[in-house]
Amino acid sequence: MDEVRILEIKQSVFASNDREADRLRNELKEKGVFLLNLMSSPGSGKTTTLRRTIEALKDEMKIGVMEADIDSDVDARSIAKTGVKAIQLHTGGMCHLDAGMTRQGLEGLGTDDVELTILENVGNLVCPAEFDTGAVKNAMILSVPEGDDKPLKYPLMFSICDVVLINKIDVMPYFDFDLEKCREYIRMRNPAAKVIPICARTGEGIGEWAEWLRSKVRAWRG
Amino acid sequence: MHELGIVFHIIRSVEEVGRENRIRRVLAVTLELGEVSGVVESYLQDCWQWAAARSEMLAGAALEVETIPARTLCEACGEVYPTVRYGRTCPACGSAQTHLLQGNETMIRDITVPEDGADASAAESAEAVCAGSGRHGTNAEL
Repeated sequence: MDEVRILEIKQSVFASNDREADRLRNELKEKGVFLLNLMSSPGSGKTTTLRRTIEALKDEMKIGVMEADIDSDVDARSIAKTGVKAIQLHTGGMCHLDAGMTRQGLEGLGTDDVELTILENVGNLVCPAEFDTGAVKNAMILSVPEGDDKPLKYPLMFSICDVVLINKIDVMPYFDFDLEKCREYIRMRNPAAKVIPICARTGEGIGEWAEWLRSKVRAWRG
Repeated sequence: MHELGIVFHIIRSVEEVGRENRIRRVLAVTLELGEVSGVVESYLQDCWQWAAARSEMLAGAALEVETIPARTLCEACGEVYPTVRYGRTCPACGSAQTHLLQGNETMIRDITVPEDGADASAAESAEAVCAGSGRHGTNAEL
């Protein structure tokens, strides 16, 4: 057998993505574009929440939306009806977006006239948490029917989120969902996370969420 | 399903290091994988076979996985225990104030490359390593 040599690398698999994400964040800072990465399970009400968010903020800032899915463009069509710029990203079977894919999406969307870009990540509580997209803030939605124990089952997701929206609080009486217990579980995994109960269908809590987002966008744009 | 994304990132990182070091062929990549990293090794190997074959530098390269056992420290009583068996609750004192010491790794440890000037025979040695590893029978046919 031929001679071989071994090169030590000692680098996390995620290190190259983390570097790319930092580069992207710096570029967004220079351009004054705020990128929000919105994550959740499928069916938690991401698109409905997004439409409510757009309604609350579109008169005061220019918004762009990137809808990431494995397939279909139903979400992008739904968002386009709100009047904001929206594009669909297909991940080609992958369960998450990484910083490189997010950059391509931003180029496709065009961010010259956008102040707030929202990335609706693939519906999944596992993989999107591992890959930094380059977003300024991470938000996730946990809906009541999913159960209050999700922070224990998907700790990484909850640990990387700046804000957790607890959606569908109107159906709480019909489920064994303990809001205080859920807050406690989230605190155990991430003491810094802000928790906002909302109901995207009725609009309850959207004001508080919009205010949180507004203050973060303003702080980022200086 | 995130294994495919992870494989793409391994390949990208190794190709970067390879270019910096003027390496044309890589024979093997060693990955340290924690027991609770959430990465399934058999899926990772399947994705690797598919994706590495499409890389000029990594075609036929073996992915060697070294498993790192998961160990958790109890902050209340100082016990260090195996995470997979007991989870987040300390088996000695029952406290939930625990944190993972190791076992979450997905680290590219090293790569094996032909010795300098061995490029001409790189294809042969790649085959030899793959056939010899016994885990990548199909790779030898590539």
